[in-house]
Amino acid sequence: MFSLERWQEIFETISKNKLRTFLTGFSVGSGIFILVILLGVSVGFQNGIENQFQGDAENIINIYPGETSIEYQGFNEGRRIQLKNDDFDLITKGISNEIEFSSSMYQIFAGLITYKNESGSYRVEGVMPDYQFLEKADIIEGRFINANDLKVSEKYVVIGNRVKKDLFKNGSPIGKQIKISGLNFKVIGVYTDPGGDREEGRVYVPLSTAQIVFGAGTDIRSMGFTLPKEDNYDLALKESSAFAAKIEQLLKKKLQIAPLDESAINISNNIENTKEIYLLISAMRVFFWGVGIATLLAGIIGVSNIMLIIVKERTKEIGIRKALGAEPLSIVAMILHESIFVTAISGLLGLIFGLILLEVVGPYIELDFIRNPSVNFNIAVSTLVLLIAAGAIAGFFPAWRGAKIKPIDALRDE
Amino acid sequence: MYSNTTMMIEIKDLHKSYKMGKNSLHVLKGINFNVKEGELVAIMGSSGSGKSTLLNILGMLDEADEGSYTLDGVPIKNLNEKLAAQYRNKFLGFIFQSFNLINYKSALDNVALPLYYQGMKRAERMERSMAYLEKVGLAKWASHKPNELSGGQKQRVAIARALASDPKVLLADELTGALDSTTSYEIMDLIQQINDEGRTILVVTHEEDIAHMTKRIVNLKDGVIIDDKFVNQVRAIQNV
Repeated sequence: MFSLERWQEIFETISKNKLRTFLTGFSVGSGIFILVILLGVSVGFQNGIENQFQGDAENIINIYPGETSIEYQGFNEGRRIQLKNDDFDLITKGISNEIEFSSSMYQIFAGLITYKNESGSYRVEGVMPDYQFLEKADIIEGRFINANDLKVSEKYVVIGNRVKKDLFKNGSPIGKQIKISGLNFKVIGVYTDPGGDREEGRVYVPLSTAQIVFGAGTDIRSMGFTLPKEDNYDLALKESSAFAAKIEQLLKKKLQIAPLDESAINISNNIENTKEIYLLISAMRVFFWGVGIATLLAGIIGVSNIMLIIVKERTKEIGIRKALGAEPLSIVAMILHESIFVTAISGLLGLIFGLILLEVVGPYIELDFIRNPSVNFNIAVSTLVLLIAAGAIAGFFPAWRGAKIKPIDALRDE
Repeated sequence: MYSNTTMMIEIKDLHKSYKMGKNSLHVLKGINFNVKEGELVAIMGSSGSGKSTLLNILGMLDEADEGSYTLDGVPIKNLNEKLAAQYRNKFLGFIFQSFNLINYKSALDNVALPLYYQGMKRAERMERSMAYLEKVGLAKWASHKPNELSGGQKQRVAIARALASDPKVLLADELTGALDSTTSYEIMDLIQQINDEGRTILVVTHEEDIAHMTKRIVNLKDGVIIDDKFVNQVRAIQNV
């Protein structure tokens, strides 16, 4: 395999049969290219579907307080529960390792917002940086609230796309001052929300700022959490229910609520509404794997066919070589060496072009159902290796048969 | 004088038949003949006489059903593919009617091919092939592909290729069959020169004039030798 003489012979053959080399290489290369693109699109499709169907993170758990319904530890029933910053800290510090994103919120449902002569009434929410992911808000200009804004209670605001259209028409709002309940806030970002107009008609300010501005002290109105995503719906449901139960228990103990009280702490677990989405995504995954495997199979069959044709085309040459003293094994080695070399190089090129295309064009694709197509590099490389191996095995049998042809028959082949 | 000369080819009672469906076609029906070193022999016969089959068996491209074949003292029997390939490379040079050059290789690379299979290094291979191309008068055409050469030139390349591995015997199958008569005589002149240097050559032909340019004519008919005689060699150069 590593004899220099053989390599010279192979390079000569390859370079002097440019059309054949090109056709073999092109079909293998384009096959890999298409496969990479297909795998990428399938990932993009999955991203798109997940995004389309979800206004909020599909596994969000929201907690908001109510009134007690059972008297307990000297407190009457009918007591209003008020959550505070330290209740949130209790949960995030106590079971932080299970949490993916978390935020507590303080909101005013109708805040008057004005910019120059335009004004409107919008929901104002004091939130933490993670809220962006809980709400699936996509920043289209500027940035979202960050940890520092929260720490120093900046008077910054991130506005929804609808608010921007109402107040700023077509101009850019970034850096402009708007008035919320008479106080100046600087616009630092604009977001869109897959939840649509209703959810884009909100503005977000740092939680600490909201608490100061609206005189809330350390009060919070609600908290939201997500857990790391599970592939399987049943498992996700189980984890999420266990997590909700744990929060409930922690809060009830701290706030002195009867363990059986059902109205004091309200927990809405969004995952219970998302069974269909989980099913759709897993069905889609099966579908795209099926398509991928079928494409791969078609690629393997294609390579095998090319190998067969190459050996057929070279029958006479094989006969000549054998008459001149080529041993059968050297014929097999010559054909396989050449084909594996061509397949590997062109497959690699197809792979690289596919990956480059996905990397360069992928992030710009924002169709309704396709978002950020990308491909797992390991899967792409194993596909290439599989295709080369399949090509070699598929090529071996015709090559072996070619080497077995009696030279006299091969020479008669016109 | 005869006893001093090596026996190059010895064939005893050679039989060969081909199966054609249910029928068996008996092509060679007991061939006996010997060739000494340095002979130039023509094997003649009409088509179907078995002359090509005989040549293929001599060339180890085909196997006999019965009988013995000894080449330069080596019994050619029960060869596996690998050994047959090695013997072909070492003992024999082939010249075909249709030239059988590899069309994507240059004249020089075609000549060098048997040497590649001998495991000779590239530089030496090229040097030696060039010397043989010079011998057949085609040194200037070394880098040309077969489709850029005339029929006569192609056959000269094929002859250089057959000589390159310095074989014991040259086997030529209708080597002038695809050429006009002037070119044929030029090729035969080259063959005679090579024979003059002592190389043993067997030529299969059905053309009387070509046969008479050899030193001995063996006539085949219906799978047996009907006539085997030495002739006065006509020098091809006289006809050119």
